Amino acid sequence: MSINWFKYSAPSTFYPLAGRMIPWFWWSAILCIGFGLYWGFFQTPAILSDQKQYYRIIFPHVGAAWMSMWLYAVLVGWALAGLVFNTRLSFMMAQAVAPTGAIMTFIALVTGAFWGKTSWGTWWDWDPRMTSELILLFLYIGYMALQSAIDDSRRADRASAVLSLVGLVTVPIIFWSVNCPDPNQCTALHQQSGMGRVDTNILIAMLITALGFWLYSFAVIFMRVRTLILERERSTAWVRELPEISR
Amino acid sequence: MSLSEFFYAGGYGFYLWTSFAITAVLMIGEALALNQQRKGAIKRLKRLIRLEKA
Repeated sequence: MSINWFKYSAPSTFYPLAGRMIPWFWWSAILCIGFGLYWGFFQTPAILSDQKQYYRIIFPHVGAAWMSMWLYAVLVGWALAGLVFNTRLSFMMAQAVAPTGAIMTFIALVTGAFWGKTSWGTWWDWDPRMTSELILLFLYIGYMALQSAIDDSRRADRASAVLSLVGLVTVPIIFWSVNCPDPNQCTALHQQSGMGRVDTNILIAMLITALGFWLYSFAVIFMRVRTLILERERSTAWVRELPEISR
Repeated sequence: MSLSEFFYAGGYGFYLWTSFAITAVLMIGEALALNQQRKGAIKRLKRLIRLEKA
């Protein structure tokens, strides 16, 4: 059986499909985040002493930080697909990803500051990971600014796609900023990442909450891309025949 | 664990709950804003179609 993958690359087929999927993503996101936080608060008793209860900040922090990097890779993937195949929907997807990525980056930075204040005694430090994450926020903002600064949407798509490709260099920098070969050479406040050292219950809570953030991202990105499709395809017949428009 | 102990969080309640509150406000706010944007887009498009017909 062969599947025609390009079928859903047309806005007219993707729009209703995304609409049907949004509620499923919402419910599964709410379920995962709810379950993950329940596990994180009630199934992790006395793992750390009472004095360290702030560690629960990691649940939103890690989820948002992972999504901030992953969404940038997704954005670049769609931008690249747009440049290669010149498909309208790819650019719209890239444009729809950016604000959610920026929000995730912002959440990671702010929750990180609250973590830092309790754990390291400072709201901010120019530690490699914080600095590179801040640059990621500026890249998202730069991408969105460039996209909205050019009136011709086709040119805006291509210019901002190229910008996003250049910015991709920060994602590996963020990733390896805490995992440098010789820890003594690094001045990082973040410890090296090591899933194996984390208590199983905390890990379960963290992974399920992060999965919830991922599903949430699907939901809001699909919502945004549907609005983008309506606006950008407003002169097409299929948009005008949609029940929500023609009614 | 009592409710007040839960919110006190070993003295870190302010940091813990502010982090959670900011996260929740941003994520729920994003969804609500998108809902408004969609309504706005539909409204504008309907008006555009009306104007074209007139």
